[in-house]
Amino acid sequence: MADVLSRPAPARPADAPASGPLPTVAARRRYTVVVVVLAAMALGFGFGLLAWANPMPVGSLGFWRIAELRATNLVTMGVVALCQAVATVSFQTVTTNRILTPSIMGFEALYAAIQTTAVYVLGVTGIIALQGLPQFVLQVVVMVAFSALLYGWLLTGRFGNLQIMLLIGIILGGGLRSVSSFMQRLLTPSEFDVLTARLFGNVSNADPQYLLVGVPVALVVSGVLYLRSHRLNVLALGRETSLNLGVNHRRELITVLVLVSILMAISTALVGPLTFLGFLVATLSYQLADTYDHRLIFPVAALTGFVVLSGAYFVMNHVFRAEGVVSVIIELVGGTVFLFVIVRKGRL
Amino acid sequence: MIRVTDVIKRYSSEVAIGPVDLTIEPGGIIALVGPNGAGKSTLLTMMGRLLGMDGGSISIAGHDVARTPSRELATIVSILRQENHFITRLTVRQLVGFGRFPYSQGRLTPADEQIIDRAISFLDLTGLEGRYLDELSGGQRQRAYVAMVLAQDTEYVLLDEPLNNLDMRHSVAMMRHLHDAAHTLGRTIVIVLHDINFACQYADRLCAMKDGRVVAFGTPEEIMTSEVLTDVFETTVEVIDGPRGRLAVYY
Repeated sequence: MADVLSRPAPARPADAPASGPLPTVAARRRYTVVVVVLAAMALGFGFGLLAWANPMPVGSLGFWRIAELRATNLVTMGVVALCQAVATVSFQTVTTNRILTPSIMGFEALYAAIQTTAVYVLGVTGIIALQGLPQFVLQVVVMVAFSALLYGWLLTGRFGNLQIMLLIGIILGGGLRSVSSFMQRLLTPSEFDVLTARLFGNVSNADPQYLLVGVPVALVVSGVLYLRSHRLNVLALGRETSLNLGVNHRRELITVLVLVSILMAISTALVGPLTFLGFLVATLSYQLADTYDHRLIFPVAALTGFVVLSGAYFVMNHVFRAEGVVSVIIELVGGTVFLFVIVRKGRL
Repeated sequence: MIRVTDVIKRYSSEVAIGPVDLTIEPGGIIALVGPNGAGKSTLLTMMGRLLGMDGGSISIAGHDVARTPSRELATIVSILRQENHFITRLTVRQLVGFGRFPYSQGRLTPADEQIIDRAISFLDLTGLEGRYLDELSGGQRQRAYVAMVLAQDTEYVLLDEPLNNLDMRHSVAMMRHLHDAAHTLGRTIVIVLHDINFACQYADRLCAMKDGRVVAFGTPEEIMTSEVLTDVFETTVEVIDGPRGRLAVYY
């Protein structure tokens, strides 16, 4: 059967569209330009964050001292951008839905519940009790275990249905959120104030020692997802087409979802909830990469994530001179860019 | 050979398909016909391992579909459902290229490219290969999907109502392509069809289903009789001799 299509094929002209992910020369050129521009912007914002308003002359010993202090934040941004970008793209692919983000599965609600419970039970010291490497690892493990249980139970059991799993994820997230907000009502104003600072996504929430664990795990998990790109390309075609093409759909689905939950847990435990970032970055990177191939989407998504995050911080710190709540900028600027892209292109 | 043994699918305590016993010899086009709810698509999706069975077994070319690894089965049997909606934007050629996934695991070789070329030209899509699927008409898109399963180069091809939403001209063209594929490429194509006249004209064997069971299986001459069709469709069907074979008249 190997060669039943044995009639000779007509010779292909050299400029005919190829079967590859970027079918034409123009598409390949466009992709290269996008990557170069994104990389330049990432370098620009990264250097800007290190050097802008640095009182010492560039290149001097004192300059590097100050830059080193700021570098932690920059590395955190890199990890968060990578985690959010890769996790959201993979999640949207395996759920074949480009409106959902993994935060829908209740990670952020769980994070808020853990933080709130700590403050509720232990008072202001509760926040301190949650700092430290073991606590960070424990939070990540709890979040991953929570989602792995949910996926395992809902995707292999009697239901075996992605839609039901997502629905239950949303409901559990909603439940956790309302429990947290109930506990928050019972806090004293000063406790509430301390807690609120933790519940907004903020890069300076991350302790440098967390990065010792966070960076390698994020790199390894993203690498594993990158190596599964070909299978992700098929999973994006839906359950039936994947099965037809010989992909064990349920096993792949659960594997990818668990990997996604590790990335989301790291990002959330590092800096807190950043609900909109993943969605924005994924949507923009589909437009920018304009291909089905995850080998090409992932790098663009990670770069876009870093540009959005570092750009937002740069604008926040040096234009508005306001530290802290960067998610406001991301949502404002990101939302505008998103609407602009959709209206211009007319499709998702 | 496709061997279906005592296959049962239960949807609820009242609604069940089967038990179905059926043996399909290789070669040609086999059309599954019957009224709505007879279980044609259910049987086809169970053959294509997209749907689990509640009892019985199906083997295709000696491979038990429930136990053979999906990847191995993907080189023996391919299945195309009616509804195909992808979130990714693909060109015709990229879509057809996915048909080679069971062999290439995503890394297309020059040999794969040649098979893609032939599948595309076989379905007259050469001029459209660079177009995106969302820029095609329904009939062209349907042809692209069929080209994908042909590029999969499997001995058995299962198609669920490939004529859905196609007009007369495109339906005829599609059936001619499938007839060619079955006879010149030596495929065994099992196809769910609604139009009994199309089935009679292009299929080599007809399998009539009713209430979850196979009620008749044979050549078009055996099935295309007033008695059999009236019984299967529970509506009065007269069979007359037309200019190119028998015609069922039911309106």
